[in-house]
Amino acid sequence: MREMTCELGQLTRCDGDACLIQGETCVATAVYGPTEVRMNKEILDKATVEVVYKSKVGLPGCAEKMFERIIRNTCETTILTTAHPRSGINIIIQEMQNSGSYLACCINSACLALLDAGVSLKFLVAAVTCLINKEGDIILDPNSKQEKDGKALLTFVFNNKDFNIVTVNTKGSYSSRQFKDCTSLCKTSSKQVFEFYKNLWKSC
Amino acid sequence: MTIFNFRTARPVEYYRKYLEQDVRPDGRDLGEFRRTVLNIGCVTTADGSALVKLGNTTVMCGIKAELCKPKTETPKCGFIVPNVELSPLCSPYFRSGPPGEQAQVMSQFMLEVVNHSKCVDLESLCITQGKLVWVLYCDLLCLDYDGNVTDACVLALLAALKNVCLPTISINEETENPETDLTKRVPLPISSQPVSSTYAIFDDNILFVDPTAEEENLATGIITIVTTDDKLCLVHKPGGSPLRPEQLTNCFDRSFDRSKEISRLIDETIHSIDR
Repeated sequence: MREMTCELGQLTRCDGDACLIQGETCVATAVYGPTEVRMNKEILDKATVEVVYKSKVGLPGCAEKMFERIIRNTCETTILTTAHPRSGINIIIQEMQNSGSYLACCINSACLALLDAGVSLKFLVAAVTCLINKEGDIILDPNSKQEKDGKALLTFVFNNKDFNIVTVNTKGSYSSRQFKDCTSLCKTSSKQVFEFYKNLWKSC
Repeated sequence: MTIFNFRTARPVEYYRKYLEQDVRPDGRDLGEFRRTVLNIGCVTTADGSALVKLGNTTVMCGIKAELCKPKTETPKCGFIVPNVELSPLCSPYFRSGPPGEQAQVMSQFMLEVVNHSKCVDLESLCITQGKLVWVLYCDLLCLDYDGNVTDACVLALLAALKNVCLPTISINEETENPETDLTKRVPLPISSQPVSSTYAIFDDNILFVDPTAEEENLATGIITIVTTDDKLCLVHKPGGSPLRPEQLTNCFDRSFDRSKEISRLIDETIHSIDR
């Protein structure tokens, strides 16, 4: 996997933030919450999680909406939403540089920002992307050049409780055998990501 | 407490009682889809159309072909533009006005299915390179929302694409204007069959296929798997309860079976229309 670095506490007004750099991919995330929520979005027995994704250029379209939804549902699973009923947790994700394995980087940075904000979580999550190239080889954590020539791109999110699959999102076509291989490879590498989280917190 | 009151007051408990016996309140097995009804070519004004009923869920798809200029970076490729509409007609959860979040996500999902499965070769939509290509506007209208609209939409889109017959176009050499011959129509070549199947996760460990709207609300997670013939093309699990890899493998097996069922259904329907 490419080298990961992270800076916490760069922003002053939000409750928690993280700027995660994975290889050349870079994402900044801010978290507000638990805070008040708009009346029509209020849920009686749990917190409302909202994700706003800002791309570098252009207006948000359907693709960004889907991206937001994947991240929101993933975060909703990790956050102990029942601990903050009738309140909102807002996650704002800003694209800085997209050079491959982008969704994974966004999810990891959201997880770190939630940790930084001290929001109570059920478990941590780590996202890992892998690519199946034209020859059928699996490349872990691909960059944008490799992604362009690839046959299929798979992103997995694992939790640190029992290392089960929280989220899967795939592009391109592949066999179920290849899917299995990618799952086990990404599962092993997710442990590296959790190790990175741990070291980051130790150094803070 | 009567059974009806029990269902309203404690829906989760009600479902649990049924699922202990490996059956659902509507009498289905955990791996059983609702009855699927398909009608192809029902809209005569469209270039291709289909109507799908999956239990009560109803989706209508109409495809309109228009001519346009291709993008400069892909001079040989046409376009497919799917658009899903969830109007207040189909469910009280939706409001009129601009498309809501779910409709946008569904439209994007349909686009990804078309792109990743490569069911239509975009180069086959080319008329003159760099100048003129076909654009297929696929409008998917949900008439009744009773859960699992994704599967119904994918099936409707595939059936409608199989029904598309494009008029032949010739270029007038003097004026360089395209001339349409509506009498001579050629069917659109479809190279693969994307078939989707959706699973709901209940109580973090029970998986069942083809959830109704009620089941979707109670579910702790949703997975959608799209297969093309013997390959996987899209596995979409946005959050929800964590799953073991073996559970996913079981879903894949069921999805491949479903794929065979669907291709039989489509073949039968096309046959019955030809006659």
